Amino acid sequence: MSRIEGYGRVDRSRTVTVTVDGTEYTGHPGDTLASVLLAHDARPLGTSVKFGRPRGIGAAWVEDPTGLVQIEEPFPEPMVLASTVEITDGLVARGVNGQGRLSDVADVARYDHRHVHCDVLVVGAGPAGLTAARRAARDGLDVVLVDDRPEPGGTLTGTETIDGRPSREFVADVVAELAADPRVTHLQRTTAFGHYDDGLVLALERRERGASRQRVHRIRAARVVIAAGAIERPVVFEDDDRPGVMLASAARDFLHRHGVLAGREVVVFTSDDAAYSAAVDLHDAGAAVRVLDARARVPEVWARRCAERGIEVSADTQVHGTLGDDRVTAALVGAERREVPCDLLLVSGGWNPTVHLFTHVGGRLGWDPALGAFRPAAPLPGVEVVGAADGTLDLAGCLRQAGGADAPHAEEEHGEPTMVLWRTAGEPARQFVDLQRDATVADIARAVGAGMRSVEHVKRYTTIGTAHDQGKTSGVVASGITAELLGRPIEDLGTTTFRPPYTPVAFAALAGRARGDLYDPVRTTAIHDRHVAAGAEFEDVGQWKRARHYPQPGEDMTAAVLRECAAVRTGVGILDGSTLGKIDVRGPDAAVLLDRLYTNMMSSLKVGRVRYGVMCGNDGMVFDDGTVLRLADDRFLVTTTTGNAAPVLDWMEEWLQTEWPDLRVRLTSVTEQLSIFAVAGPRSRDVVGAVFADLDVGNDAFGFMSWQDTALDGVPVRLARISFSGELAFEVAVSSWYAPALWDRLIEAGRPYGITPYGTETMHVLRAEKGYPIIGQDTDGTVSPHDLGLGWAVSRKKPDFLGRRSFARPQNQDLLRKQLVSLLPVDAATRLPEGSQIVHLAEDGRLPAPPVPMLGHVTSSYHSAALARPFALALVKGGRERIGEVVGVPVGGELVAAQIGDTVLVDPEGARRDG
Amino acid sequence: MQLIACPWCGPREELEFSYGGQAHVAYPADPAGLTDEQWARYVFFRDNPKGPFAERWAHSAGCRRWFTAVRDTRTHQFVSVGPLAGSEATP
Repeated sequence: MSRIEGYGRVDRSRTVTVTVDGTEYTGHPGDTLASVLLAHDARPLGTSVKFGRPRGIGAAWVEDPTGLVQIEEPFPEPMVLASTVEITDGLVARGVNGQGRLSDVADVARYDHRHVHCDVLVVGAGPAGLTAARRAARDGLDVVLVDDRPEPGGTLTGTETIDGRPSREFVADVVAELAADPRVTHLQRTTAFGHYDDGLVLALERRERGASRQRVHRIRAARVVIAAGAIERPVVFEDDDRPGVMLASAARDFLHRHGVLAGREVVVFTSDDAAYSAAVDLHDAGAAVRVLDARARVPEVWARRCAERGIEVSADTQVHGTLGDDRVTAALVGAERREVPCDLLLVSGGWNPTVHLFTHVGGRLGWDPALGAFRPAAPLPGVEVVGAADGTLDLAGCLRQAGGADAPHAEEEHGEPTMVLWRTAGEPARQFVDLQRDATVADIARAVGAGMRSVEHVKRYTTIGTAHDQGKTSGVVASGITAELLGRPIEDLGTTTFRPPYTPVAFAALAGRARGDLYDPVRTTAIHDRHVAAGAEFEDVGQWKRARHYPQPGEDMTAAVLRECAAVRTGVGILDGSTLGKIDVRGPDAAVLLDRLYTNMMSSLKVGRVRYGVMCGNDGMVFDDGTVLRLADDRFLVTTTTGNAAPVLDWMEEWLQTEWPDLRVRLTSVTEQLSIFAVAGPRSRDVVGAVFADLDVGNDAFGFMSWQDTALDGVPVRLARISFSGELAFEVAVSSWYAPALWDRLIEAGRPYGITPYGTETMHVLRAEKGYPIIGQDTDGTVSPHDLGLGWAVSRKKPDFLGRRSFARPQNQDLLRKQLVSLLPVDAATRLPEGSQIVHLAEDGRLPAPPVPMLGHVTSSYHSAALARPFALALVKGGRERIGEVVGVPVGGELVAAQIGDTVLVDPEGARRDG
Repeated sequence: MQLIACPWCGPREELEFSYGGQAHVAYPADPAGLTDEQWARYVFFRDNPKGPFAERWAHSAGCRRWFTAVRDTRTHQFVSVGPLAGSEATP
């Protein structure tokens, strides 16, 4: 037990029990899994991924490359750092041997996000961050302060003095001042993990209470102050991966945060001053300590403090290796590899400023030889880097830099500069650089030997810096060793790119509430519950749920669709067409606008009439189609395909605003306001006539492609003679508020005629039998109206409209363009899969020698009730010239023969539309 | 996530906007009078400069208005935004 009385800020009045690798351990609130394990001198946590070498706790926070655990309870989480897991009663974890494992149960916790706007965001609540936040708050600004640790104060241990008082009192005072300021939001356990354009920072809050487990704060700040501190870096030596080898600052952290002494017999190997405070503190807590300083000159002040305590300090001394089985038992010192017994080997090779958030937004780094590290080289607008993150490592300097006029004061300490030491002499294959990836100096040498000169290439070749820690301790060291091997200065090489996230973020947190039903908005029509009650199967059309078919007991989709098709062709069916895009086009120049947008003439359409229209892009390719109702001289109702409702409105707006702002037209989407039901079939007139008894629905009074307004119990209803099936049909439109009532009336009136609700699949079959294309299914953006056989819908009278000029291009005149045709499988039995290729058959009916000429592909394919056989629509090169020809369609290894025909397979003379 | 300053709504996140390509490419006055080459130039060809570029943007998820912006293609920084030439409204 290595818990030391009088140290640490854990709550010793309470006990927390956790289980690691089957053993129960007790700790206190404020402990992490790592501190509990160290307090109990627990055995190493796991083994490394490649070589199976033992792995233990290497650092006290997110930079630890080795102390990975798999959390089992309360919720399974793979590969998290023991150093960052705050313990709670009942926590169950185990060490990770090699790789972690994803949970096989669903995460039921809630995750959410929040948008935050502020004048100043301060990242890091260490001395520099607290000071910067206090300064901004005193300036009257809206301040957000986030810090990833459970408690504020950063690396302040409490042994420092600020403004003449213990540093923890300074922290408490600043925190209280910020808490009293309503314009300050202060969040601990909140990691700013990504920094993006224009002051956007994403921060992940690990919540202790509240409805969600984690919360992503999307913080938009006018100014971002990065006070993220610095991360100590190790020196690489032989067998530096043994458990018990630890960053010097980490041991100090465990002592002052958790009251845990990580070793009793301690060797401190350093090339900078900071490690001396660890030596002194651990000595004072009861450890036997010896310092080995790689530098020729030992800093005076520390030499004195060590001498006072009887800590032996050796200058110009390096650790070359270690001994031990599953943990370190001795350091091998100097070229002679003298054995110095120890159970804790602390290492410090200087400090790397935590510049991640600075570089996420393109900040450039430069090598600072005095500091022996990379630090921000040039300022970024709206971004300030202060304290250790900027390379200001001493406390006095941090406070001064962050504090402005009323900066807190700390005594200056004068020491010796850091010596840049990447590694000591030894066997490269056992000098571990990235302990998580088991990557060594030998791997870097191999990369350099293979000709790599860029640290980015070396990183990818060796995988150094690609693990959970993203090279927080190994990245710059790898650059340094690469530079040494290449014989070039490190400033020429630079360092690898830091990308978000700073620490791993669960996908669940990024997804937030946008999962399951909330993943994407679901749009349902006004009578959705009627479809559900009728047993409909739904299909997704964009965000819409559309009834696809209504299977009766025992029916599969094919059977249901055949039944529904037969009902429409012989009796009456009803379809919910409410998802069609609907645009109200209003204004004195409405007809002019539509004439320019549609291929056909809309200005000649008479009020009360309906016209089918096609829209093309400037390239002359079909973009959308639909019907246009002229409601008044200056008003049209335009329908679009379901999926294109928004794009068509955007398209119309774009031309209106950017090219023809002189046209007086207003466009309004009425898709959701208006519900439309298609009543189709030879008995549709009976049904509609029964519901609207006042209306003359006879063919003379109510002709094809005309509309009429009427009312039902005082509710306005619009009917139109529009048919997408070739049958006599009425489209009945009503305000969506009244849609359920109207639907019920139509169903009721249709009962004597066996009215059959039909879905989109049936609609597709019926329209395909008539050769009506579906834009987006039978077309793909390379198909012109002429290719579809819609040349009749292209005006010859209008001088111009969108796409017209392109029709004259030679490419559009090519006789071998793919044209829409029908395909009838010769065996009258095979349903050709949509997307099937169509190939030319040789004389003997077999495949010709490769390369096999490709003629086109199947775009739509169904079983037809009316034809009592399967049929398809297809785009075929020079298709209309090939009518009557037999082509091949490879289906599952077989070659199916199919005959090309005209697109209209049912009622080619159009006799059925008037009933 | 950049902020784009809509001339009418002020700075909003870029996902509210849609891109409309190069600005000031007018629809030809007489398409029928153009050669195939000239028409193809209009339909298919746009500039791709390194540096300031005048572009059309639409505030699709906001006021739905189109506007012109000059954006530096090297930095993505918006140099200026303004209403379309000939637009009836000014912000």
